[in-house]
Amino acid sequence: MADRESGIGARVLRKEDKRFLVGRGRYMDDINRPRQVYAVFVRSQVAHGTLKGLDSGAALETDGVIAVLTGEDVAADGLGSLPCGWTIHSKDGAEMKTPAHPALAIGKVRYVGEPVAVVIGETLEAARDGAELVELDIDELPPVTDVVAALEQGAPGIHDDVPGNECYHWGLGDEEAVDKAIDAAHHVTRLELRNNRLAPNAMETRAAIGEYDPVDGMYTLHVNSQNPHLHRLVLAAFVELAPEHKLRVISPDVGGGFGSKIFIYSEETVCAWAARRVGRPVKWTATRSEAFLADAHGRDHASTAELALDKEGNFLALRVRTKANMGAYLSTFAAAVPTWLYGTLLAGQYKTPAVHVEVRAVFTNTSPVDAYRGAGRPEAAFLLERIVEKAAREIGMDPAELRRRNLIPKDAFPYQTPVALVYDTGDYEASLDKALDMADYAGFAARRAESEARGMKRGIGLSCYIEACGLAPSQLAGELGAGIGLFESAEIRVNATGGVKVFTGTQSTGQGHETTFAQLVADRLGLDMDEVEIVHGDTDRVQYGLGTYGSRSLSVGGSAIHMATEKIVEKARKIAAHMMETTADDVDFTQGLFTAKGTNKSMHFKEVAFSAYVPHNYPLDELEPGLHESAYYDPENFTYPAGTHICEVEVDPETGVVDILAFTAVDDFGRIINPTIVEGQVHGGVAQGIGQAMLEHCIYDDESGQLVTGSYMDYAMPRADDLPDFTLAFTETPCTHNPLGAKGCGEAGAIGSTPALINAITSAIGHENIAMPATPLAVWRAMRGAE
Amino acid sequence: MDIPARLPDPRKREKKMYRFEYHKATSLEDAASKRSTADDATYLAGGMTLIPTLKQRLASHSDLIDLAGIDGLAGISVDGAVVTIGAMTCHAEVAASAALRDAIPALADLAGLIADPAVRNRGTIGGSLANSDPAADYPAAVLGLGATIVTDKREIAADDYFLDLFETALEEGEIITAIKFPVPKRAAYEKFPNPASRYAIVGVFVAETEGGVRVAVTGAGPCAFRVSDMEAALAGNFAPDAVAGITVSADDLNQDLHASAAYRASLVTTMAKRAVAKAAG
Repeated sequence: MADRESGIGARVLRKEDKRFLVGRGRYMDDINRPRQVYAVFVRSQVAHGTLKGLDSGAALETDGVIAVLTGEDVAADGLGSLPCGWTIHSKDGAEMKTPAHPALAIGKVRYVGEPVAVVIGETLEAARDGAELVELDIDELPPVTDVVAALEQGAPGIHDDVPGNECYHWGLGDEEAVDKAIDAAHHVTRLELRNNRLAPNAMETRAAIGEYDPVDGMYTLHVNSQNPHLHRLVLAAFVELAPEHKLRVISPDVGGGFGSKIFIYSEETVCAWAARRVGRPVKWTATRSEAFLADAHGRDHASTAELALDKEGNFLALRVRTKANMGAYLSTFAAAVPTWLYGTLLAGQYKTPAVHVEVRAVFTNTSPVDAYRGAGRPEAAFLLERIVEKAAREIGMDPAELRRRNLIPKDAFPYQTPVALVYDTGDYEASLDKALDMADYAGFAARRAESEARGMKRGIGLSCYIEACGLAPSQLAGELGAGIGLFESAEIRVNATGGVKVFTGTQSTGQGHETTFAQLVADRLGLDMDEVEIVHGDTDRVQYGLGTYGSRSLSVGGSAIHMATEKIVEKARKIAAHMMETTADDVDFTQGLFTAKGTNKSMHFKEVAFSAYVPHNYPLDELEPGLHESAYYDPENFTYPAGTHICEVEVDPETGVVDILAFTAVDDFGRIINPTIVEGQVHGGVAQGIGQAMLEHCIYDDESGQLVTGSYMDYAMPRADDLPDFTLAFTETPCTHNPLGAKGCGEAGAIGSTPALINAITSAIGHENIAMPATPLAVWRAMRGAE
Repeated sequence: MDIPARLPDPRKREKKMYRFEYHKATSLEDAASKRSTADDATYLAGGMTLIPTLKQRLASHSDLIDLAGIDGLAGISVDGAVVTIGAMTCHAEVAASAALRDAIPALADLAGLIADPAVRNRGTIGGSLANSDPAADYPAAVLGLGATIVTDKREIAADDYFLDLFETALEEGEIITAIKFPVPKRAAYEKFPNPASRYAIVGVFVAETEGGVRVAVTGAGPCAFRVSDMEAALAGNFAPDAVAGITVSADDLNQDLHASAAYRASLVTTMAKRAVAKAAG
């Protein structure tokens, strides 16, 4: 029986944790296939060059090497280019430039780490030995890795069909209104900033096993994917590896993704294709070094912004100009990230009447850049919350007060922003007030004085972020250039004995879906958590789905599950009505019991389920036997999680070391199913946001195009001792348009925390120009001006 | 739901390194002899630098000669004014030694700051000193305490040992057997870790010894070095203020994406000041 200990809102412990904690998860490394062989990729060691030739002779003579395959082999078999799923149009109406993205390089190499050939070996070391002997004949060309430099006159051209390296020049908002407002404004705050490039660093690196069965022509691809059906769709419809019904994609337990496992990469494409070529299952597992080089990176913007204010501090207009690094090729969702997931969020929580943004997307000799936890929304929140903080300091107003003055009031919803979105609901001031109270904002001055007495510098920083989540709706996404739908599906199969299997098209990469979704269904049907099994990650078992990203699993996938569950209840109610000799309208259902109104008759859900499969006393003239329903849910709008994060730091003026003393996050995720899981998501997100702000940075050498930060010796990940205890709380305005009232919580931590921390550091040191990551060196330099 | 323990999977033997022959030496003589007959052999102590390098195929050796089986190379003994630490003693053992913590607590503290628990339980003091990574911690203590490096051939004073980047006074095939540390009157180590690797960007070891005050710096230069101006100032006044105004020249200091030479120079002063405060405290 469901009870309050496992119902909606209860802190149910995660069902999946036992197998993870005892090491019995089933990750790609746990899966091996009979007669499996190993793939090792030969990657370009130069950033830019003409690929004149490739000598595989010595590799093929290596013991245990079965095959060496190249881009020409891929092309000869008719495989298409790896597509970008979104088409963006420039301001002038022109379609974005989409240069070919071959699975293995043809004619040219464009970034260090680009796969050029694959060596297949009986063993991993045979394949490695062979890969070292493949000789690439490359005429080096000068590279360009920096997003600003790549747009300059005379910059090296990366694709022949992309003059000036510009993919698109997109705009959104009323340019004229913004120009007028800025020209006439009482005060204009200006800011120039970079949003640092990040490597995603999922704990489990990417891996794939391709298999081909010549008897039925069926391909099976095991890949740690955030969206197995999307992998199948892209590989079938765009790459034309095999028709969809001849391709099965299985995504087992996945050890983190953060976006990086959404995309359809060269490596899994090649493994599936090569399996047919060599007649054996082909396995590839990325080394950590390969992950740094060849996972799609995140962020990497250069922006300028101007915020116009009147005498009272009301925001009048915001102008933003951004250059977004796409890397060498367009990854699966790349084009959408700095446009529809970025420009549309620049109104933030504020009623700024006019906003105009232009984004130039730029090709460079770097790894492709795509969605990484937050995807565009952290870039928007960082820019906006930095310039708002700077404006407050310039006009001498308390930053909390300036924000409060400009917040969209809670009675203004639904609210049409000047940048396309309609926010459905929110109460931003409630989160701000709660956060200010929990962080003891009022007591900061005294704490600062205490720090100063010890020779330390103390700062406090706010961030009032908003994000658009629950990616969907399909029609809107289609209008904006998406090549796919963005609904979600669910199927519920009730067994004759009353247990339930739930099939969802979302894909956990560690978020606890097996618990949250089971909680939803068990609560509604009056079952134990253990009587509900969640199934995902296999295109031959799950009917369809679009996967997990954009904090969509609960609000979209959970809503589909909710709808399917309601269909189950409605059918079961009819069966129960028949058995209790009444009408469905006269049957109540609570706590797993169907009750005939006004009688003492009742039936448990499990009895009804049994009857559905043993239909001896059953309304066969009205209903089919069985208890099995599916639902597809396509929302009418995004969801809009929002909140206030406050960070307090102490800076050591001698060393530049920043100590995070307190971090307060008050988030409105709408209705919460499992607070423990939600808090875990916030903890992880805040840790990643702090990582971006203080530690993480993918650096390419300008001259050679080499990735300088290609290992954990130089790429700093956040560790437990870098992080403070987090103080968390929630406010709740339920989403108005999905049946759960849920908004999504996966990305918020990574969106809200970064500007709060940088605002705290700039508050402490009294210096606005600090580049991320704010490492001790960067803070020390900022405090001293130039060395 | 009880989940049985997993059996080892025989298919999961990932061999990533180049081929080499592995030997377990039974004595110092055996080690030297095995080395001399091999094509391109190297000694294996804890392997905390060597093994990752081999796995990434950044190094290749025909033979690895493991020193772990040689009796008498590990252990800590305190004999009055001298602490002797066997070369094959791991960092965790140094950090946890009650006898050492009584005699030279700063050295035990330093060992506890090296890398992470896994590395501290494998990595050895002899291996660290033979490798002489410019950002390793032990060189600061060895130089700061004026230790003696004992090899299978001779004894080398710390002042003569560190020559340059990854370069020491060790001759080809020479094996460190122990390090002898004189017990100081007081000492302390302050480390500024690299945010990524947690190696020392700058580490300063300050000691007041029978032979005078010594200040040794690791992480900042190509190898560990002493700061004579600070030593002179502290000899007159062992207090943080004595070194607060003394800076080392940035000219010869290391420079990388985590720290400029000027920043390292500044950290040398700050860490020295804090080490003195800790030692004096």
